Amino acid sequence: MSTTNGIIGKSVKRVEDKRFITGKGRYTDDIVLPLQTYASFVRSPYAHAKILGVDTEIAQAMPGVIKIYTGADVADINGVPCGWQVNFKNGDTMKEPKHALLVADKARYVGDAVAVVIAETREQAKDAAQMVVVDYEELPVVVDAAEAVKAGAPLVHDSVPNNMCYDWELGNPKEEVNEALAATAHITTLEFVNQRMIPNAIEPRSYNASYDATSEKYTLYTSTQNPHVIRLLMCAFVLGIPEHKVRVVGPDVGGGFGSKIFHYTEEALLTWASKNINRPIKWTAERTESFLTDAHGRDHVTKAEMGFDTTGKIVGLRIKTFANLGAYLSTFGPCIPTYLHGTLLQGLYTTPKINVDVTAVFTNTTPVDAYRGAGRPEATYLLERLLDLAAHEMEMDPAELRLRNFIPPFDGVNQPGYQTQVALQYDSGNYEGVLYKGLEILGYKEFRQKQQESAQNGKLLGVGFSTYIEACGLAPSAVAGALGARAGLYEMGHVRVQPTGKVTVFTGTHGHGQGHETTFAQVVASRLGIPMEDIEIVHGDTDAMAFGMGTYGSRSLAVGGSAIVKSIDKIIEKGKKIAAHRLEASADDMEFEEGKFTVKGTDKSVSFGDVALTAYVPHVYPPDLEPGLDFSSFYDPTNFTYPFGCHIAVVEVEKETGKVKLQRFIAVDDVGNIVNPMIVEGQIHGGVAQGVGQALYEGAEYDSNGQLTNASYMDYCMPRADDLPMFETTNQITPCPHNPLGVKGAGEAGTIGSTPAVVNAVIDALWSGGHKVKDIRMPLTPERVWRAMQTTKNG
Amino acid sequence: MQIQVKVNGADYTHEVEPRLLLVHFLRDVLHLTGTHIGCDTSICGACTILVNGKSTKSCTMFAVQADGCELTTVEGLSQNGELHPLQEGFKEMHGLQCGFCTPGILMNMVNFLEHHPNPSEEEIRHALKGNLCRCTGYQNIVKSVQYAATKMLKNEEVPA
Repeated sequence: MSTTNGIIGKSVKRVEDKRFITGKGRYTDDIVLPLQTYASFVRSPYAHAKILGVDTEIAQAMPGVIKIYTGADVADINGVPCGWQVNFKNGDTMKEPKHALLVADKARYVGDAVAVVIAETREQAKDAAQMVVVDYEELPVVVDAAEAVKAGAPLVHDSVPNNMCYDWELGNPKEEVNEALAATAHITTLEFVNQRMIPNAIEPRSYNASYDATSEKYTLYTSTQNPHVIRLLMCAFVLGIPEHKVRVVGPDVGGGFGSKIFHYTEEALLTWASKNINRPIKWTAERTESFLTDAHGRDHVTKAEMGFDTTGKIVGLRIKTFANLGAYLSTFGPCIPTYLHGTLLQGLYTTPKINVDVTAVFTNTTPVDAYRGAGRPEATYLLERLLDLAAHEMEMDPAELRLRNFIPPFDGVNQPGYQTQVALQYDSGNYEGVLYKGLEILGYKEFRQKQQESAQNGKLLGVGFSTYIEACGLAPSAVAGALGARAGLYEMGHVRVQPTGKVTVFTGTHGHGQGHETTFAQVVASRLGIPMEDIEIVHGDTDAMAFGMGTYGSRSLAVGGSAIVKSIDKIIEKGKKIAAHRLEASADDMEFEEGKFTVKGTDKSVSFGDVALTAYVPHVYPPDLEPGLDFSSFYDPTNFTYPFGCHIAVVEVEKETGKVKLQRFIAVDDVGNIVNPMIVEGQIHGGVAQGVGQALYEGAEYDSNGQLTNASYMDYCMPRADDLPMFETTNQITPCPHNPLGVKGAGEAGTIGSTPAVVNAVIDALWSGGHKVKDIRMPLTPERVWRAMQTTKNG
Repeated sequence: MQIQVKVNGADYTHEVEPRLLLVHFLRDVLHLTGTHIGCDTSICGACTILVNGKSTKSCTMFAVQADGCELTTVEGLSQNGELHPLQEGFKEMHGLQCGFCTPGILMNMVNFLEHHPNPSEEEIRHALKGNLCRCTGYQNIVKSVQYAATKMLKNEEVPA
């Protein structure tokens, strides 16, 4: 079916906006339940410390205090589980130490929860939490992943030797890659740090848990990206309470960017405690608490080597990465540096030999997990930095070098998908197309001329390229399972046609800014031929829909939307039978278009609304058909989707100060078919801003004691409005060949492509001024850029 | 302490703790939850409201300091069911995604446009410095403000 007709492809204004612009959004912290109580956590100020004792006596006697729990109270409860298992090279399973709801033995990072105070008001809980006396014995600290595996490093978990969670390898045998690299004309070598990022959704994490003794049922409101998964993990792995006795609701959520995918200890703890005190308990993180306890992202140290022949063709790639997982395994933690990073190292290129070696390590830092892009930005950063540097070193044009190495165009229908050296099979792609489009928008030749002239006037101009690919639409369950996922990654879509022809759609995905209520309604309106106003999209409540896997990895439309389409197909099929009976025709002779069931080749028709009413008032009705018009479907895709694109940054570097100004940013993205261009463009904008943030401004800074020294907005620099230019965005469309909508996913593209483009542009600017700089560690602060220029002044 | 305030045109008298922040007074006492808390330290701007017409971060003020003041929150921005041109601009130009920072930005920009009825892109970006948005990359926020400015200028010209 065509996906460009009618309402698909139109920038329909978002239906969810009205409540947000009038202050009527309903976020978790807005919810106040009868007999509401409030929690405040006592958190370790040390990165590594034995807990010798916790004295709650004074705090317990303070006004309003209802109950205080410490590690000893929850010692018998399981810890929060990890959702992904990675094996050691030798086949042993990864080390998976318990992540307790409150620690009793020792604290392993600053912010590790030691106790929780529950009181009548937020202020009383905070006051009392300050009076809980914890006797700590400080222990030696390790924060750096490469240091943590060395002999004699302090142990984060006594049961984990060398702090090594796992070591892992993918691709061609190391010997083959070594051989390929040994015979090359040129090898580009770089040691990278992909710094730790803090997701920083503006809405802090917030939970409100309650228990009803009569129904023996718990309700948890949570600022989450996937309510069903939280319920499953909490019931099946942590608390052991029956799943049908728990309702998890993710109401309006103020941004996630990955940090709200995971099952956090506070969710399970408050749910458990709400039954004990028989009152609802709410906790909302303060910003510094968010900095310390939301799962962080990235944090890789890598040595990368890429070999080229005399024509500039890549002949081999060797990667050795140390990935910092933090103090505990977060829900997806182990899969990020492996299955979402190692598998993307083919990039868009025909590289014949690739070996990826990853060592994942525990340290005394906040747990690390998926942050927008998750693994794919790290892979893209490596490849795109290597290519640009290689171009400089070999005195080749960086665009030309890419063109020589691209996988040729394939649509996945007439040509097969492209099998990489690192496990994936790309679905469809036209990689040179996005680069050519980007070069045209840039005006590449003119730019290079201007660049030469600008070096005369105190400023250095630079251009940086990044051509990226990502694996989205998580995922085919069988593949995910083979890769160590402990869950399937299908999605559910339930379409309920009401007797009046209005339609309620329940989806297992979760919208937290992506505009699902609009995009999904466009899909439904287009397929059923009814107005968008007649459609309601419902998400985020485990009592409302059968199951769901939530929203992350740009999976909602590709997987969730496809599940809805499956249900719509069933609606139409049943509708044809009902209509045929009414029109005294055969169901095989019916066609459905623009909201009407018509007998082929005649003008005999019946409207969708009439069929809906007939389904619920089945007086004239096929005798062998059930009443009702209500279908639920599960959709498990056959492959990931593979969006790709070309990002180009133009920067100006001040020679005297090292200050970088982002002058232009061009994004050509191919995210497959597009349902709502306005929403896709908005997703790209936000993603690019986050990627630029990593390149120029952001990064967690731990000192050697494990203190996060920039745990506030005063110290952690995020892009603000005047740091960014107007982005120049456009699309190429290569449909996904294996889902009914042909969509690939757009949520993370901006973040993945932009970071290396900006860093490449700064390095290019410096080379144009004679500074042959190999790398500058992100974020590229003025000081770092200035220092790089000083050390290469005469170079 | 007892305070009297006018919020979105309605009068309120309440007994409050001296340490109660204005944002908590609005959210927890008056249940006006459109004003959000993103950082507690007046950096992110999600809690911005108008105090006597001036945009103010309500997490940086105690409720008692607002005694006798006239306050406007995002809930008071629409008049007679009509969206304010800024609200309309945000919807038309896709100036929001998760919507959490949006109320604070709207209230800051209401005040800004009063003093800069025909702002340049640079002036808008500068004025937005006190608001963090993690979703949009700001581009469409700038366009939303431009939309509102154009609309408000045109409306002013009509009666003249």
